[in-house]
Amino acid sequence: MNILVVLVPIALFLGLSGLAAFMWSMRAGQFDDSEGAAQRIISDDDIRR
Amino acid sequence: MTDTVDYAHWSRRTGEGVCEIDLAIDGIDCAACLDEIEGTLKPLRGVERARLNLTSRRLTLAWREAETSPDLLIDELARIGYGAFPFEVERAEASEAAHMKWLLKCLAVAGFASMNIMLLSVSVWSGHGADMDGPTRDFFHWMSALIALPAAAYAGQPFFRNALAGLRARSLNMDVPISLGILLALGMSIYETMHHAEHAYFDSAVMLLLFLLLGRVSDQMMRRKTRAAAANLSALKGERATRLAQDGSLVVVPVGALRNGDRVLVRSGERVPADARIVSGRSEVDESVITGETMRRTVQEGAALFAGSINFDGVLTLEVTAAGQSSLLDEVGRLVEKASEARSGYRRLADRAARIYAPMVHVTAFSTLAGWLMYGASLHDAIITAIAVLIITCPCALALAVPAVQVVASGSLFRAGVYLNSAEALERLAEADWVVFDKSGTLTLPTPGVVNAAFLPDGALELASRLALASHHPLAGAVARAGGARTPFDLAEEVPGAGVKAQADGAELRLGSAAFCGWTGDADSQTPGTSVLFFRNGRDVFKLEIRQALRVDAVETVAALKKLGLGVSILSGDLPSAVAPVAATLGVADWKGGLKPADKIAALEALKARGRKVLMVGDGLNDAPALAAAHASLSPISAVDLAQAQSDAVFLGDRLQPVVEAVGTSRMARALMRQNLWLAVLYNAIAVPMAVMGFVTPLIAAAAMSGSSVLVTLNALRCRRAANEAEPDATTQPLPANRLALAGKG
Repeated sequence: MNILVVLVPIALFLGLSGLAAFMWSMRAGQFDDSEGAAQRIISDDDIRR
Repeated sequence: MTDTVDYAHWSRRTGEGVCEIDLAIDGIDCAACLDEIEGTLKPLRGVERARLNLTSRRLTLAWREAETSPDLLIDELARIGYGAFPFEVERAEASEAAHMKWLLKCLAVAGFASMNIMLLSVSVWSGHGADMDGPTRDFFHWMSALIALPAAAYAGQPFFRNALAGLRARSLNMDVPISLGILLALGMSIYETMHHAEHAYFDSAVMLLLFLLLGRVSDQMMRRKTRAAAANLSALKGERATRLAQDGSLVVVPVGALRNGDRVLVRSGERVPADARIVSGRSEVDESVITGETMRRTVQEGAALFAGSINFDGVLTLEVTAAGQSSLLDEVGRLVEKASEARSGYRRLADRAARIYAPMVHVTAFSTLAGWLMYGASLHDAIITAIAVLIITCPCALALAVPAVQVVASGSLFRAGVYLNSAEALERLAEADWVVFDKSGTLTLPTPGVVNAAFLPDGALELASRLALASHHPLAGAVARAGGARTPFDLAEEVPGAGVKAQADGAELRLGSAAFCGWTGDADSQTPGTSVLFFRNGRDVFKLEIRQALRVDAVETVAALKKLGLGVSILSGDLPSAVAPVAATLGVADWKGGLKPADKIAALEALKARGRKVLMVGDGLNDAPALAAAHASLSPISAVDLAQAQSDAVFLGDRLQPVVEAVGTSRMARALMRQNLWLAVLYNAIAVPMAVMGFVTPLIAAAAMSGSSVLVTLNALRCRRAANEAEPDATTQPLPANRLALAGKG
């Protein structure tokens, strides 16, 4: 079971990086307009231009 | 409307020659609007950035000063069909946004921690039956501690702070047992881990935090949504003033930019933007929003005017005497302050529950400890059992019972067009058993209308309203709205002090005074507070009676309220002779007119003395003290700011129906809150004996806690279903945009 000493910290590290990503995205304002974000993905303004 | 608007007050400089402004956008009804608005603005010369927030319906617009101006961009938006109104972020809203971010961060940390700890805990639980050895279990417990301690220290802050604040104020709020439960669970788990014990409660502590934070976040989200929508509406109302600059030019500025001593010009039909003294001019002013009286007052040079009164005819030049927030009558301000003290003593259902619950939990835990010691258990085992009792009773369900219902109920009300100012308003609204209405602007529409439209021949009102479009006079405005005309006559001519005339189909049309139109009969109205205007079509002359008409559903609303078991009365500042017909139409026997703000409070006190809990519905400055003194209060969106600030909720639209809905939904909500509290009690009745007997393992604690929370939340969701059933065609009324926009332009 000694492998757990390595695996558990790795799992923890992965979890922490997820948390860090969430914190970053919130600071970057990605959650400010959830409705708009859902609509923007289907807007095709890049084709029009 | 050729005056230049000064946008400097709203915009901010973000870079070299670049300015930014926030606009509340009116008319967004679908997602395609996003493309349309941004797509139209972005290619324009000088536009640096245009980003629409579809959630809050606000547009952030950045432009290069040298190349364009906000006027052009706002005009462009108007051309494609959207109203754009400059917007100022209130400080309260900004701090709420910051609080929301903080809560979300706490939630994220708690979510991360509980997932990872649960991963370890499930391994330990399944290891009990299998062959997990002691060192591995200890290692898992230590890892859990490593995650749980920092996570609880961070994510628990909202609760610890509230608990400390409560203790400092010498009261037990719900956060005290929560904090205590979390801290004890963590402390005990560390002690147990150090002694290689089988059970640790890290998962319970962190999961408790996660559930509670979920409740708080959704509560905060709902509150923020409501507040943002209300702030947009006030931007749409957009109170502006025409300032007379030193060089004699006219600049339109927001009311917030006015300073004492500024000269402002108020034309006929416009609102007085701030408390002011008349420097020159002579006019009649309508002060119904301040005193409730619909009779107009003649004013001239030197007279003091209050913000919100409407200038009827003639142009007034005013000097601002009390700019900004100070614009209210001294007497009203004093009364409001005194009256709002009375309400601060109100204790919320959740707090009352906590007051009973918290000591009970602590006594139970303590007697468990004592009981086991007497029974002969070791000190260690007795303490462990006592702490297990604290953990299992930690009021997860109890703490969610009330907020969950609040979120769902205020969401249903939001969709019905009622914006709650505070969550506890729900409970007070539910308790109301007597409704007191103000008359002017509340039972009646805030803007006057033609009340005898039904007695006019076909087509007359349409012609009159087309003619009325040529005039700025408020009475003409009322005629224009009543007829719904959109195209004015080309050659309409305004005769100052008399009326307007135009040629159409070979006949001369006239709209104005009796003499101007050649009316020979009685030139007055039977009903006080009614203005008359005459319309001449060739030879025929008609009398138009203009007055603040009753809201369309006023009669039904009063009937519905009575059916709900509420008493109804009318307290008005208007003349008794003007109130009587309204009361008669509505079938309200208990009414009073000619009341001053202090009289209204006295009348409310009299009702209170009879054991009534009064819901006050009012809109005027004269209602503000009564709104603050009443058990619960509502205002229409057209109410003055001070009245809105004192109200528990603001409702939209031209109907009174939201009043019934507010009472109905809040009663439903209170019933569900009670049910939820009883569910929590039931849960405890089952779980506590088990905990006292020492049967509770971490696995059982986790299952019980999440089970009860889910149960309570599901029960709260019934509020939404009930609200939808009660109102099957609960189509959200679109914002009364036209009216608000009109009001904004004066």
